[in-house]
Amino acid sequence: MIVGSRKPIPELKRVLARHKKVLFAGCGTCVTVCLAGGEREVGITAYALRMARKLDGNPLEIEQVTIERQCENEFIQDVAAAVERNEAILSFACGAGVQALAERFPQKPVYAALNTQFLGILEEQAVWTEKCLGCGDCVLSDFGGVCPVTRCAKRMLNGPCGGSTEERCEVADPERPCAWQLIYKRLEAIGQLDNLERVYPAKDWRPSWHAGARKIVREEHRV
Amino acid sequence: MSDNHATPPPAPTDDDYKIIAFCCNFCAYAAADLAGARRMQYPANVRVVHLPCTGKLEMDAVLAAFERGIDGVLVAGCLEGGCHYLEGNLRAKRRLEAIRNLLDEIGLGRDRLLMVNLSAAMAPTFVERVQEMVATVKRLGPNPLRVTANARGVAVPAARRPEACTAKGATST
Repeated sequence: MIVGSRKPIPELKRVLARHKKVLFAGCGTCVTVCLAGGEREVGITAYALRMARKLDGNPLEIEQVTIERQCENEFIQDVAAAVERNEAILSFACGAGVQALAERFPQKPVYAALNTQFLGILEEQAVWTEKCLGCGDCVLSDFGGVCPVTRCAKRMLNGPCGGSTEERCEVADPERPCAWQLIYKRLEAIGQLDNLERVYPAKDWRPSWHAGARKIVREEHRV
Repeated sequence: MSDNHATPPPAPTDDDYKIIAFCCNFCAYAAADLAGARRMQYPANVRVVHLPCTGKLEMDAVLAAFERGIDGVLVAGCLEGGCHYLEGNLRAKRRLEAIRNLLDEIGLGRDRLLMVNLSAAMAPTFVERVQEMVATVKRLGPNPLRVTANARGVAVPAARRPEACTAKGATST
Protein backbone atom coordinates (compact mmCIF):
# COMPACT_ATOMS: atom_id res chain seq x y z
CA MET A 1 0.00 0.00 0.00
CA ILE A 2 0.95 3.67 -0.26
CA VAL A 3 2.25 5.02 3.04
CA GLY A 4 2.25 8.67 4.06
CA SER A 5 2.18 10.87 7.14
CA ARG A 6 0.53 14.14 8.02
CA LYS A 7 2.32 17.42 7.49
CA PRO A 8 2.92 19.54 10.62
CA ILE A 9 0.04 21.81 11.70
CA PRO A 10 2.04 25.08 11.20
CA GLU A 11 2.71 24.10 7.58
CA LEU A 12 -0.96 23.31 6.94
CA LYS A 13 -1.95 26.58 8.63
CA ARG A 14 0.36 28.49 6.30
CA VAL A 15 -1.00 26.70 3.23
CA LEU A 16 -4.63 27.45 4.15
CA ALA A 17 -3.97 30.99 5.37
CA ARG A 18 -5.91 32.70 2.58
CA HIS A 19 -9.08 30.60 2.94
CA LYS A 20 -12.06 30.83 5.33
CA LYS A 21 -14.00 27.71 4.35
CA VAL A 22 -12.21 24.53 3.37
CA LEU A 23 -13.24 20.96 2.56
CA PHE A 24 -11.07 18.38 4.32
CA ALA A 25 -11.17 15.30 2.12
CA GLY A 26 -9.97 12.00 3.53
CA CYS A 27 -9.31 8.87 1.50
CA GLY A 28 -10.64 5.48 2.59
CA THR A 29 -7.97 3.32 1.03
CA CYS A 30 -4.19 3.17 1.69
CA VAL A 31 -3.89 6.27 3.87
CA THR A 32 -6.71 5.09 6.11
CA VAL A 33 -4.87 1.83 6.70
CA CYS A 34 -1.60 3.67 7.43
CA LEU A 35 -3.44 5.94 9.92
CA ALA A 36 -2.56 9.14 8.09
CA GLY A 37 -5.52 10.33 6.02
CA GLY A 38 -8.67 8.44 6.98
CA GLU A 39 -11.82 9.70 8.67
CA ARG A 40 -10.24 9.74 12.12
CA GLU A 41 -7.13 11.66 11.05
CA VAL A 42 -9.25 14.15 9.11
CA GLY A 43 -11.23 14.75 12.31
CA ILE A 44 -8.18 15.21 14.52
CA THR A 45 -6.49 17.54 12.03
CA ALA A 46 -9.71 19.53 11.69
CA TYR A 47 -9.82 20.06 15.47
CA ALA A 48 -6.17 21.13 15.45
CA LEU A 49 -6.48 23.58 12.56
CA ARG A 50 -9.73 25.07 13.82
CA MET A 51 -8.10 25.75 17.18
CA ALA A 52 -4.87 27.07 15.65
CA ARG A 53 -6.79 29.47 13.41
CA LYS A 54 -9.06 30.61 16.25
CA LEU A 55 -5.99 31.43 18.30
CA ASP A 56 -4.84 33.65 15.44
CA GLY A 57 -8.20 35.44 15.44
CA ASN A 58 -8.90 34.17 11.92
CA PRO A 59 -11.43 31.32 12.28
CA LEU A 60 -11.56 28.56 9.71
CA GLU A 61 -14.77 26.79 8.76
CA ILE A 62 -14.17 23.15 7.92
CA GLU A 63 -16.38 20.58 6.21
CA GLN A 64 -15.18 16.99 6.48
CA VAL A 65 -15.73 14.13 4.09
CA THR A 66 -13.93 10.85 3.50
CA ILE A 67 -14.44 9.02 0.23
CA GLU A 68 -13.57 5.46 -0.63
CA ARG A 69 -10.82 6.23 -3.15
CA GLN A 70 -9.61 9.66 -4.17
CA CYS A 71 -7.57 8.39 -7.10
CA GLU A 72 -10.66 7.39 -9.11
CA ASN A 73 -13.05 9.77 -10.75
CA GLU A 74 -16.07 7.60 -10.00
CA PHE A 75 -15.57 8.08 -6.28
CA ILE A 76 -14.55 11.73 -6.56
CA GLN A 77 -17.91 12.41 -8.16
CA ASP A 78 -19.55 11.87 -4.77
CA VAL A 79 -17.94 14.99 -3.30
CA ALA A 80 -18.70 17.40 -6.16
CA ALA A 81 -21.45 19.17 -4.20
CA ALA A 82 -19.24 19.54 -1.11
CA VAL A 83 -16.42 20.91 -3.25
CA GLU A 84 -18.81 23.47 -4.69
CA ARG A 85 -19.73 24.68 -1.18
CA ASN A 86 -16.11 25.35 -0.17
CA GLU A 87 -13.34 27.71 -1.22
CA ALA A 88 -10.64 25.06 -1.35
CA ILE A 89 -9.85 21.40 -0.66
CA LEU A 90 -7.29 19.98 1.73
CA SER A 91 -6.75 16.44 0.48
CA PHE A 92 -5.61 13.72 2.87
CA ALA A 93 -4.93 11.29 0.01
CA CYS A 94 -1.58 10.28 -1.46
CA GLY A 95 -0.06 12.45 -4.18
CA ALA A 96 -2.12 10.59 -6.79
CA GLY A 97 -5.37 11.41 -5.00
CA VAL A 98 -4.48 15.07 -4.56
CA GLN A 99 -3.75 15.39 -8.27
CA ALA A 100 -6.89 13.50 -9.23
CA LEU A 101 -8.95 16.05 -7.26
CA ALA A 102 -7.02 18.94 -8.80
CA GLU A 103 -7.68 17.63 -12.31
CA ARG A 104 -11.35 16.97 -11.60
CA PHE A 105 -11.95 20.45 -10.11
CA PRO A 106 -9.78 22.82 -12.15
CA GLN A 107 -11.27 25.96 -10.56
CA LYS A 108 -10.64 24.91 -6.93
CA PRO A 109 -7.34 25.15 -5.10
CA VAL A 110 -6.34 21.68 -3.87
CA TYR A 111 -3.70 21.29 -1.16
CA ALA A 112 -1.90 18.22 0.17
CA ALA A 113 -2.27 17.41 3.86
CA LEU A 114 0.14 14.47 3.76
CA ASN A 115 3.68 13.75 2.74
CA THR A 116 3.35 10.65 0.55
CA GLN A 117 6.35 8.49 1.34
CA PHE A 118 6.55 5.00 -0.05
CA LEU A 119 5.05 1.70 -1.15
CA GLY A 120 5.30 -0.50 1.87
CA ILE A 121 3.77 -3.01 4.22
CA LEU A 122 2.62 -3.09 7.81
CA GLU A 123 5.36 -4.82 9.84
CA GLU A 124 3.47 -4.66 13.12
CA GLN A 125 0.80 -2.39 14.59
CA ALA A 126 1.74 1.19 13.54
CA VAL A 127 5.09 0.26 11.94
CA TRP A 128 5.50 0.43 8.16
CA THR A 129 8.52 -0.32 6.02
CA GLU A 130 9.31 0.45 2.41
CA LYS A 131 9.38 -2.54 0.09
CA CYS A 132 9.04 -1.29 -3.47
CA LEU A 133 10.31 1.68 -5.48
CA GLY A 134 8.14 0.94 -8.48
CA CYS A 135 11.25 0.81 -10.67
CA GLY A 136 9.33 -0.71 -13.59
CA ASP A 137 11.69 -3.66 -14.09
CA CYS A 138 11.16 -6.10 -11.20
CA VAL A 139 14.12 -8.22 -10.11
CA LEU A 140 12.46 -9.95 -7.14
CA SER A 141 12.42 -13.36 -8.86
CA ASP A 142 16.22 -13.48 -8.96
CA PHE A 143 16.75 -12.37 -5.38
CA GLY A 144 14.47 -14.68 -3.44
CA GLY A 145 11.69 -12.13 -3.07
CA VAL A 146 13.83 -9.51 -1.33
CA CYS A 147 14.29 -6.31 -3.33
CA PRO A 148 17.87 -5.03 -3.46
CA VAL A 149 16.78 -1.95 -5.42
CA THR A 150 14.55 -0.75 -2.60
CA ARG A 151 15.93 -2.31 0.55
CA CYS A 152 19.67 -1.99 -0.06
CA ALA A 153 20.60 1.62 0.73
CA LYS A 154 23.17 1.49 -2.08
CA ARG A 155 20.77 -0.23 -4.50
CA MET A 156 23.41 -2.83 -5.26
CA LEU A 157 22.52 -5.63 -7.65
CA ASN A 158 25.83 -7.40 -7.00
CA GLY A 159 26.06 -7.20 -3.22
CA PRO A 160 26.78 -7.29 -0.41
CA CYS A 161 28.87 -4.15 -0.05
CA GLY A 162 30.88 -5.36 2.94
CA GLY A 163 29.83 -2.48 5.15
CA SER A 164 27.12 -4.21 7.16
CA THR A 165 27.58 -4.97 10.84
CA GLU A 166 25.77 -7.71 12.73
CA GLU A 167 23.40 -8.13 9.77
CA ARG A 168 22.51 -4.43 9.89
CA CYS A 169 22.95 -1.81 7.19
CA GLU A 170 25.71 0.75 7.71
CA VAL A 171 23.73 3.59 6.14
CA ALA A 172 21.57 5.93 8.24
CA ASP A 173 19.21 3.69 10.24
CA PRO A 174 21.20 1.36 12.53
CA GLU A 175 18.17 -0.92 12.97
CA ARG A 176 17.62 -1.56 9.27
CA PRO A 177 18.56 -5.09 8.22
CA CYS A 178 21.11 -5.55 5.44
CA ALA A 179 19.07 -6.47 2.35
CA TRP A 180 21.87 -8.63 1.04
CA GLN A 181 21.99 -10.63 4.27
CA LEU A 182 18.28 -11.26 3.81
CA ILE A 183 18.76 -12.18 0.15
CA TYR A 184 21.49 -14.70 1.01
CA LYS A 185 19.47 -16.32 3.78
CA ARG A 186 16.38 -16.52 1.64
CA LEU A 187 18.18 -17.99 -1.39
CA GLU A 188 19.90 -20.49 0.89
CA ALA A 189 16.53 -21.52 2.37
CA ILE A 190 14.97 -22.10 -1.05
CA GLY A 191 18.07 -23.75 -2.55
CA GLN A 192 18.79 -21.07 -5.12
CA LEU A 193 22.17 -19.73 -3.99
CA ASP A 194 23.42 -20.28 -7.53
CA ASN A 195 21.44 -17.17 -8.48
CA LEU A 196 24.26 -15.18 -6.91
CA GLU A 197 26.82 -16.52 -9.36
CA ARG A 198 25.31 -14.39 -12.06
CA VAL A 199 26.86 -10.93 -12.39
CA TYR A 200 24.09 -8.42 -12.90
CA PRO A 201 24.68 -5.68 -15.47
CA ALA A 202 24.05 -2.07 -14.50
CA LYS A 203 20.34 -1.51 -13.99
CA ASP A 204 18.39 0.02 -16.82
CA TRP A 205 16.50 2.86 -15.17
CA ARG A 206 14.54 3.84 -18.26
CA PRO A 207 11.40 1.93 -17.17
CA SER A 208 11.55 3.92 -13.91
CA TRP A 209 10.44 7.54 -13.45
CA HIS A 210 13.80 8.89 -14.57
CA ALA A 211 12.33 9.38 -18.04
CA GLY A 212 9.33 11.28 -16.69
CA ALA A 213 5.87 10.26 -15.50
CA ARG A 214 4.86 6.87 -16.85
CA LYS A 215 1.66 5.79 -18.55
CA ILE A 216 0.11 2.38 -19.11
CA VAL A 217 -2.51 1.70 -21.76
CA ARG A 218 -4.18 -1.72 -21.93
CA GLU A 219 -5.90 -1.74 -25.28
CA GLU A 220 -7.70 -5.04 -24.62
CA HIS A 221 -9.59 -3.52 -21.69
CA ARG A 222 -10.43 -0.18 -23.19
CA VAL A 223 -14.03 0.67 -23.98
CA MET B 1 -12.40 45.45 19.12
CA SER B 2 -11.84 48.54 21.25
CA ASP B 3 -15.61 48.63 21.87
CA ASN B 4 -15.40 45.23 23.47
CA HIS B 5 -12.83 46.59 25.89
CA ALA B 6 -14.92 49.61 26.85
CA THR B 7 -16.31 47.70 29.82
CA PRO B 8 -13.66 45.20 30.86
CA PRO B 9 -15.15 42.06 32.36
CA PRO B 10 -13.93 41.10 35.81
CA ALA B 11 -10.74 39.02 36.03
CA PRO B 12 -11.47 35.27 36.13
CA THR B 13 -11.99 33.87 39.57
CA ASP B 14 -10.90 30.43 40.72
CA ASP B 15 -14.34 29.12 39.88
CA ASP B 16 -14.03 30.21 36.25
CA TYR B 17 -11.40 27.60 35.47
CA LYS B 18 -12.79 24.34 34.21
CA ILE B 19 -10.97 21.07 34.16
CA ILE B 20 -12.16 17.71 32.88
CA ALA B 21 -10.85 14.62 34.60
CA PHE B 22 -11.30 11.52 32.45
CA CYS B 23 -11.25 8.79 35.10
CA CYS B 24 -10.86 5.06 34.70
CA ASN B 25 -13.61 3.02 36.36
CA PHE B 26 -11.17 0.72 38.12
CA CYS B 27 -8.92 3.26 39.86
CA ALA B 28 -9.31 7.03 39.55
CA TYR B 29 -13.10 7.02 39.52
CA ALA B 30 -13.12 4.87 42.64
CA ALA B 31 -10.40 7.08 44.17
CA ALA B 32 -12.52 10.18 43.51
CA ASP B 33 -15.47 8.36 45.09
CA LEU B 34 -13.36 7.48 48.11
CA ALA B 35 -12.19 11.09 48.41
CA GLY B 36 -15.84 12.12 48.53
CA ALA B 37 -16.73 9.46 51.09
CA ARG B 38 -13.88 10.68 53.29
CA ARG B 39 -15.08 14.26 52.93
CA MET B 40 -11.76 15.30 51.41
CA GLN B 41 -11.89 18.74 49.82
CA TYR B 42 -10.71 19.28 46.27
CA PRO B 43 -11.31 22.17 43.87
CA ALA B 44 -14.80 22.38 42.43
CA ASN B 45 -13.35 23.25 39.02
CA VAL B 46 -13.04 19.62 38.05
CA ARG B 47 -15.73 17.71 36.15
CA VAL B 48 -15.28 13.97 36.27
CA VAL B 49 -16.00 11.87 33.17
CA HIS B 50 -16.36 8.16 33.87
CA LEU B 51 -14.46 5.87 31.48
CA PRO B 52 -14.35 2.06 31.42
CA CYS B 53 -10.56 2.40 30.93
CA THR B 54 -8.26 5.23 29.86
CA GLY B 55 -7.50 3.09 26.80
CA LYS B 56 -11.08 3.81 25.69
CA LEU B 57 -10.44 7.56 25.49
CA GLU B 58 -10.58 8.78 21.89
CA MET B 59 -8.02 11.39 20.94
CA ASP B 60 -10.64 13.68 19.45
CA ALA B 61 -12.62 13.73 22.72
CA VAL B 62 -9.67 15.48 24.36
CA LEU B 63 -9.32 17.91 21.46
CA ALA B 64 -13.07 18.62 21.53
CA ALA B 65 -12.77 19.61 25.21
CA PHE B 66 -10.03 22.12 24.43
CA GLU B 67 -11.89 23.53 21.45
CA ARG B 68 -14.89 24.18 23.67
CA GLY B 69 -12.76 26.18 26.08
CA ILE B 70 -11.88 23.70 28.81
CA ASP B 71 -8.73 25.00 30.52
CA GLY B 72 -7.10 21.70 31.37
CA VAL B 73 -7.61 17.97 30.95
CA LEU B 74 -6.51 15.38 33.43
CA VAL B 75 -6.54 11.73 32.41
CA ALA B 76 -6.35 9.41 35.38
CA GLY B 77 -5.64 5.75 34.84
CA CYS B 78 -4.41 2.76 36.80
CA LEU B 79 -0.85 2.35 37.99
CA GLU B 80 1.40 1.10 35.22
CA GLY B 81 1.21 -2.67 35.19
CA GLY B 82 -2.12 -2.58 37.03
CA CYS B 83 -4.56 -1.97 34.17
CA HIS B 84 -7.72 -4.07 34.44
CA TYR B 85 -7.43 -4.62 30.67
CA LEU B 86 -3.66 -5.22 30.90
CA GLU B 87 -2.37 -2.32 28.82
CA GLY B 88 -5.15 0.22 28.25
CA ASN B 89 -3.38 2.82 30.39
CA LEU B 90 -0.09 2.29 28.52
CA ARG B 91 -1.84 2.84 25.20
CA ALA B 92 -3.52 5.96 26.59
CA LYS B 93 -0.12 7.25 27.70
CA ARG B 94 1.26 7.03 24.15
CA ARG B 95 -1.85 8.61 22.62
CA LEU B 96 -1.84 11.44 25.12
CA GLU B 97 1.81 12.15 24.37
CA ALA B 98 0.82 12.52 20.71
CA ILE B 99 -1.96 14.94 21.71
CA ARG B 100 0.46 16.92 23.89
CA ASN B 101 2.72 17.33 20.85
CA LEU B 102 -0.30 18.37 18.79
CA LEU B 103 -1.28 20.95 21.43
CA ASP B 104 2.20 22.44 21.06
CA GLU B 105 1.74 22.61 17.28
CA ILE B 106 -1.67 24.24 17.73
CA GLY B 107 -0.23 26.82 20.09
CA LEU B 108 -2.21 25.88 23.22
CA GLY B 109 0.76 24.26 24.92
CA ARG B 110 1.25 20.68 26.09
CA ASP B 111 0.96 21.49 29.81
CA ARG B 112 -2.82 21.74 29.67
CA LEU B 113 -3.03 17.96 29.30
CA LEU B 114 -1.71 15.62 31.93
CA MET B 115 -1.91 11.89 32.60
CA VAL B 116 -1.63 10.50 36.11
CA ASN B 117 -1.57 6.95 37.40
CA LEU B 118 -3.09 5.88 40.68
CA SER B 119 -4.96 3.06 42.37
CA ALA B 120 -8.51 2.95 43.74
CA ALA B 121 -7.17 3.40 47.28
CA MET B 122 -5.19 6.56 46.48
CA ALA B 123 -7.84 9.19 47.23
CA PRO B 124 -5.29 11.67 48.68
CA THR B 125 -3.20 11.34 45.49
CA PHE B 126 -6.26 12.03 43.35
CA VAL B 127 -6.97 15.18 45.37
CA GLU B 128 -3.33 16.30 45.07
CA ARG B 129 -3.26 15.76 41.32
CA VAL B 130 -6.46 17.73 40.85
CA GLN B 131 -5.05 20.55 42.97
CA GLU B 132 -1.83 20.50 40.93
CA MET B 133 -3.77 20.61 37.67
CA VAL B 134 -5.80 23.59 38.89
CA ALA B 135 -2.58 25.35 39.91
CA THR B 136 -1.02 24.60 36.50
CA VAL B 137 -4.03 25.95 34.64
CA LYS B 138 -4.10 29.09 36.80
CA ARG B 139 -0.43 29.62 36.02
CA LEU B 140 -1.09 29.20 32.28
CA GLY B 141 -4.17 31.44 32.35
CA PRO B 142 -7.56 30.71 30.83
CA ASN B 143 -7.85 28.69 27.63
CA PRO B 144 -7.61 31.41 24.97
CA LEU B 145 -10.30 29.58 22.98
CA ARG B 146 -12.82 30.03 25.78
CA VAL B 147 -15.56 32.40 24.75
CA THR B 148 -17.47 34.49 27.29
CA ALA B 149 -19.92 37.30 26.87
CA ASN B 150 -18.86 40.86 27.67
CA ALA B 151 -21.09 43.46 29.31
CA ARG B 152 -22.86 44.08 26.00
CA GLY B 153 -23.52 40.41 25.45
CA VAL B 154 -20.94 40.15 22.66
CA ALA B 155 -18.88 36.98 22.68
CA VAL B 156 -15.23 37.78 23.36
CA PRO B 157 -12.58 35.06 23.02
CA ALA B 158 -10.42 34.87 26.14
CA ALA B 159 -7.34 35.67 24.06
CA ARG B 160 -8.72 39.14 23.33
CA ARG B 161 -9.88 39.92 26.84
CA PRO B 162 -7.70 42.41 28.74
CA GLU B 163 -6.84 40.10 31.62
CA ALA B 164 -5.38 37.54 29.21
CA CYS B 165 -2.71 40.07 28.28
CA THR B 166 -1.23 39.88 31.77
CA ALA B 167 -0.60 36.45 33.13
CA LYS B 168 -0.81 37.81 36.68
CA GLY B 169 -4.40 38.88 36.11
CA ALA B 170 -5.27 35.30 35.28
CA THR B 171 -3.47 33.77 38.22
CA SER B 172 -4.57 36.13 41.01
CA THR B 173 -6.64 34.31 43.60
